[in-house]
Amino acid sequence: MTSEVVRIEGLHKRFGTLEVLRGIDLALSEHEVVCLIGASGSGKSTLLRCINLLEPIDAGRILIDGHDISQPSVNENKVRQGIGIVFQAFNLFPHMSVLDNVTLGPRRVLRVPRAEAEREATALLDRFGLADKRNGYPDRLSGGQQQRVAIVRALAMKPNLMLLDEITSALDPELVAEVLNVVRELAAGGMTMIIATHEMGFARDIARRVCFLDGGRILEEGPPDQIFSNPTEPRTRQFLDRVIAAGRM
Amino acid sequence: MIAVISTAVFVGIVGLVITSSPSWPLVQQDFFDAETFWRFLPVIARAFVLNIVLFLVVEVLVLTLGLVVAVVRNLPGPVFFPLRLLAVLFADVFRGVPSLLIIYVLGFGIPGLQLPGVPSEPFFWAAVSLTLVYTAYVSEVYRAGIESIHPSQAAAARSLGLSQVQALRFVVIPQAVRRVIPPLLNDFIGLQKDTVLVSYIGVVEAFRTANIEQQAHFNYTPYLALSVIFLVITLPLTRLTDYLVARDRRRLLAGAR
Repeated sequence: MTSEVVRIEGLHKRFGTLEVLRGIDLALSEHEVVCLIGASGSGKSTLLRCINLLEPIDAGRILIDGHDISQPSVNENKVRQGIGIVFQAFNLFPHMSVLDNVTLGPRRVLRVPRAEAEREATALLDRFGLADKRNGYPDRLSGGQQQRVAIVRALAMKPNLMLLDEITSALDPELVAEVLNVVRELAAGGMTMIIATHEMGFARDIARRVCFLDGGRILEEGPPDQIFSNPTEPRTRQFLDRVIAAGRM
Repeated sequence: MIAVISTAVFVGIVGLVITSSPSWPLVQQDFFDAETFWRFLPVIARAFVLNIVLFLVVEVLVLTLGLVVAVVRNLPGPVFFPLRLLAVLFADVFRGVPSLLIIYVLGFGIPGLQLPGVPSEPFFWAAVSLTLVYTAYVSEVYRAGIESIHPSQAAAARSLGLSQVQALRFVVIPQAVRRVIPPLLNDFIGLQKDTVLVSYIGVVEAFRTANIEQQAHFNYTPYLALSVIFLVITLPLTRLTDYLVARDRRRLLAGAR
């Protein structure tokens, strides 16, 4: 029995009068990879942002490694240290070199000495084929390179959970593969991940479980083969038909 | 080439109209007297050193305090409401009242109280007044800069575990400051010129010196000398500001994020 990294119970989130999440229940054990699929606005991004405490929640509980992080008394900086998130728009710091982007967290939050942080960052960059970019600035990199740096930046904090929020949606099609390969490598290394994605082929071969979000609920979940080939809910079928019609699967 | 000819013709016509006016010889003598100009230029330039000192002292203070006020105004949460309110009031009052009035009130009013231990030199209160007025302006410039940085930058910083203060210090403020350098320079050109206002509370700086000479010799040329000195100082800064603004616009148009 592996330990449970994330447990979400009855999560509700509202923006004004708009209810974005209406009762999400989800649990991940260690090394598990779960993909969230669903139309834009179905709540995928919001769910990930809630887990990282970037959005306050309105009801329900989120447990990370058994600790309830939805308590008001929780130290949110501490919680975020253990959870890496990668955004659709990369969000690299444009005024810092690649190396400084990656070492900012370890140096300022974990108080790792500069030399050690830079050595570890260089090793990570090297592992993902970015060693020669370490002194470059983000605006000199391709989108694929920027997104890989953003992944490395999150990994530098040695998180035990990674949240990937449509990380290939802002990329040119020919740059998608290099980013997805990094994610495959992470999965092979045993990283626990929740991945919001529109890349159905990728979801199919990387996820142990796929959750279809619709209107702020997990309408259907199961192994990828079942969800993609034999969905039980008509809404899931409809969504997948549209994806196929768009040539994205 | 066409531009050069057109400019020469334009300047020629304007010059002709002015110099052909019936009272031109009188005006020339009173405002553009070469001998007076060269006689008083060194005297006024020496007095101008005080303007420069005043400007430099105030500029350093303003750059620091302006950022503090801007950050206070951006503090989140209801706990900091009184501080935020104070920062807003400060910016409103000192931007809303003419600089000259502030200089008068502080420069004459506070020494007039004769409080023990409180300095009464006009120069001190001149520096305080200009610092307050320009801190108010500059805090708004900084604030606009901070608010122009997309929230996703702060979110990315927070997601790494950085605290609110760290995110501001390492991610938001460095980007904001870079973005507001041209408007900051603009304010400093204004500050340089406003140093003449402190002559009203008895600081004998360049304007006051020119004023004394004008009254002693019934000739306005000393003011011309001072204007030229100002242009020598402010023109390079003006050009630099324009250059930076143009460069930023080119970068924006080049499609940088």
